[in-house]
Amino acid sequence: MRLIQNFGLVFFILSFALFISALSLSHFQLSEQSLSKVISDEEKRQFFKEAAYGLMEKKYNSQFTFVAAMEQIRLQANQDIQVRYEMIEEEINIILSSNNPGKTYQINKAISTYAADSPIGAYKIQALKDYTGWLEGREFASAEELRNHLTAAVQHINQAIIEKKGFPDYDTKNFLFQLTKQSSGGFLPENSTLFLLLIFLGGTLGALLYIYLQGNRGTAGIKNDRIFQSGITHRGAIGIATGMFLIAFYVVLYFYPYYLTNWVILVDPISYALNGGEASQWFLYGILYTLAILVMGVRMVLKYRHSPYQIWRTGSVMFFQISFAFIIPQMLIALHLPYMDLKNIWPLDYDLFTPERLRAFIAAGNIGYLMLFWGILLTLVGVPLMVYFFGKRWYCSWVCGCGGLAETLGDPYRQLSDKSLGAWQLERYLVHAVLVFAVAMTGLMLYTFFTGSGQVLGISTYAIKETYGFLISSIFAGVVGTGFYPLMGNRVWCRFGCPLAAYLGLVQRFQSRFRITTNGGQCISCGNCSTYCEMGIDVRWYAQRGQDIVRSSCVGCGICSAVCPRGVLNLENGPTKDRLSSDPILIGNDGVSLNE
Amino acid sequence: MFCKDTRYKERILANTYMKAQNTQKHIVIIGNGISGITAARHIRKQSNHRITVISGETEHFFSRTALMYIFMGHMQYAHTKPYEDHFWAKNRIELKKAWVKNIDFTKKILYLEGGENMLYDQLILATGSKPNKFGWKGQDLAGVQGLYSYQDLESMEKYAPTTQKAVIVGGGLIGVEMAEMLSSRNIPVVFLVREDRFWGNVLPREEGELISRHLQEHHIDLRLNTELKEIISDEQGRAKAVMTSRGEEIPCQFVGLTAGVSPFIDFLKDSGIEINRGILVNEYLETSIPDVYAIGDCAERTTALEDRRAIEQVWYTGRMMGETLAKTICQQRTHYSPGHWFNSAKFFDIEYQTYGVVGAELAENEQTFYWEAKNGKCCLRINYDKNTETLTGMNVFGIRQRHEVWNKWLKAQKTIDEIIEYLPNANFDPEFSKQYEGEILVQYNQERGKKLKIKTKKGLFALLK
Repeated sequence: MRLIQNFGLVFFILSFALFISALSLSHFQLSEQSLSKVISDEEKRQFFKEAAYGLMEKKYNSQFTFVAAMEQIRLQANQDIQVRYEMIEEEINIILSSNNPGKTYQINKAISTYAADSPIGAYKIQALKDYTGWLEGREFASAEELRNHLTAAVQHINQAIIEKKGFPDYDTKNFLFQLTKQSSGGFLPENSTLFLLLIFLGGTLGALLYIYLQGNRGTAGIKNDRIFQSGITHRGAIGIATGMFLIAFYVVLYFYPYYLTNWVILVDPISYALNGGEASQWFLYGILYTLAILVMGVRMVLKYRHSPYQIWRTGSVMFFQISFAFIIPQMLIALHLPYMDLKNIWPLDYDLFTPERLRAFIAAGNIGYLMLFWGILLTLVGVPLMVYFFGKRWYCSWVCGCGGLAETLGDPYRQLSDKSLGAWQLERYLVHAVLVFAVAMTGLMLYTFFTGSGQVLGISTYAIKETYGFLISSIFAGVVGTGFYPLMGNRVWCRFGCPLAAYLGLVQRFQSRFRITTNGGQCISCGNCSTYCEMGIDVRWYAQRGQDIVRSSCVGCGICSAVCPRGVLNLENGPTKDRLSSDPILIGNDGVSLNE
Repeated sequence: MFCKDTRYKERILANTYMKAQNTQKHIVIIGNGISGITAARHIRKQSNHRITVISGETEHFFSRTALMYIFMGHMQYAHTKPYEDHFWAKNRIELKKAWVKNIDFTKKILYLEGGENMLYDQLILATGSKPNKFGWKGQDLAGVQGLYSYQDLESMEKYAPTTQKAVIVGGGLIGVEMAEMLSSRNIPVVFLVREDRFWGNVLPREEGELISRHLQEHHIDLRLNTELKEIISDEQGRAKAVMTSRGEEIPCQFVGLTAGVSPFIDFLKDSGIEINRGILVNEYLETSIPDVYAIGDCAERTTALEDRRAIEQVWYTGRMMGETLAKTICQQRTHYSPGHWFNSAKFFDIEYQTYGVVGAELAENEQTFYWEAKNGKCCLRINYDKNTETLTGMNVFGIRQRHEVWNKWLKAQKTIDEIIEYLPNANFDPEFSKQYEGEILVQYNQERGKKLKIKTKKGLFALLK
């Protein structure tokens, strides 16, 4: 049995090694074909081709040199495009002289300077209409003043050329990703099915074999032996290496996805089968995420097979991941409906109310409205109602995707959370600050949607949204939230950063039937409950003084109750009367009435 | 108040008492286990006395019962400390890491090892226990030890890596903990038990057998009706084998002595304080010497309490004595009067709770009802008075029960019929767990020819209705 189990582990490690090395098993070649797939605009494509002169069809073996070369070409093409469409001083002179003797601006005369049937002329005419319309018919004190206004407008027109006609910076990530992916060739792309099977199927089966034989051994019960003696689970070399790998993975995924194209190519067939289109890095991420929850979910179920609560709960997060988070959004894409994870709730789903998504919902008609309505319903009614009846656990440890990963992939690391008073103080400020940030950002997005203005008090609302996306969603939730599992425990994001957790927590703290009941005087202060609380709650503090636990951060995973050797803790829903005010009681001492 | 930090409450309380208190005494507590620390905390809450806790074992209070989890890697030492290190200074409880050599009760001076002295106004002895040694040959060899103190844990860590096989002597709670600890490191364990079942002097036959089976399921080599004869030494003075009462020599490199504990009072022998097996105390926990008290494992009560032993070496009783004594010292002289007995433990995977009194054998006035699940891992025993049918005690294995409910039933002298009908009220198992109350009721009805029905549901809604 041990032999087969180790065989599974070896198989998983080999698959993983192949997975890593797969990143370097392509070569790259810029071709007519790849360009036409990535750049649909013919003129833009032409510019890019000219800038790439001499490098077309050149074979690159290194992804890094290829990406660097493409970035050079992009910048060159942008320069060429800028030169082609730029309005120069001389043109301003001509326009001004057409307004002769010029203190009043007349747009028609300005436009007439250009030939409407040439592409450049047409572009400039449109630009003048867009940027100088407000000057029309206005009389200025002097010709000099008009010139100043016009020069400023032309500067804006020139600054916008790349965005309209070229390869803008904000799209670089996506552009380079597509270009790299479409230019890939060689061993891996040609044998992608083989790699897909070896890596994903092989790795999954190997891992499952190991996990099944390992987890099913011995009698059912708490299995925490050697957790603090193993480097894997206690920040040893393997633990730190795992953390580094996860952090690197998230950094590349969010900020340099064009280095992951080989992995994305592998899952293309699955993407075609599910939604009819090519895979993106997010599709790849979705597959890895789902596999992690499913495989480690099996581990979780086996580890806690004596506890029906843990089995049901783990089954639930596995179900919601595979259906709501993975399959249903793919079906929505296949049906050309707006992408939506129907269990993701604002403000965790922080861009639900951005103009882009609102417009996508509206464009989708009735079903789009229904989806938007569902999103609002979840936030306004679903959260308070469900938290009232069951506590925030109904979401955080039964439904949520972040929670799902934390409870499965993250379970081996739950004991690493910081239990100190200082950590709790930090948590309270940080998580509520993020909630305020999310609400403010969303407010600005709605303002932009309804008024059409992208500025409030001189600040770009989109810049605020971008900042939120970068700091909170990418760095906090992704890089820190998951990357730091093996270093700081599995709920760093949920505890310190998740705005939805903060919202659910406020309801749980003040309006809920949920609490963790403590059992009379049976506590021996051993500390298992606090140690294994992934949210860093000092559970023992309450248990040893006989106080029921009502904490906004508790996600109701139930592990404190499971690891308690004396049956002191129980997650319960009960009458709300006296839930907050009940005095701590330690049963057993008749001589002293204790008010701890 | 939003997210109130309950820790500040203690300080506020202490401040209120501070004003009421005019005289400040120096209270010294020897021992930083649950008894001594509970006393210190509650004295602080109720007074402004100067408090010093002396311990040679560790600098800070830790949970003695969690030693096994450190060894098994479930926790580290720091996790077993119930209060963060800054707690003590904040609450003005002074900590002194030292062993007390002897005490001059007339001059109220403590002589510490290392030459320091300390004066006290009132002294609390909470020195705990030490493992029993019954004069076996070889009981002081290297690799032979009990499990009580932090030093015992260190010793186990020292000898475990060179142990291929271990023998544990004495089938009680600490013995089974030690067996679990050694098993976690894949060290085979031979368990010598004097009785014909595990913990036979406390558990009735069925429960003892249930746990015996479970130990065997965990590959513990259980030798019932077997006692230790002597421990045999190797050339270096370390245990190499034990000889049993059945004449068998079992090779081993580690011997766990877990046949109970006795009060740790050696340093008090010639100090003039009255001692029997423990430090003798009256119902106020006062010793024979004024201003000196004893609580916890080391105290032996001269006034008998119904259903209670004179020395109780349990976490909970230590805590209650600390609470009681604090009131005596700060407010008014208070009787130590614990309520109904309760206790709990865990044997590998099986949890155990008991409420009221259940002896290994039935008392003359008692009847018993015993139910066991088909899997042989859960059971419930209810003992009741033959004549009145009122509850006297219960044992439960593998099902969690609510302390509050059983305590209420004991106080209210509920009959067994009522208890069976309302059994779900006492269920404290996690949600979705299998419930056995129906099965239990059916067996009860069959055995006693009754037609009772379950009258309630599990959970807080039914309980707090």
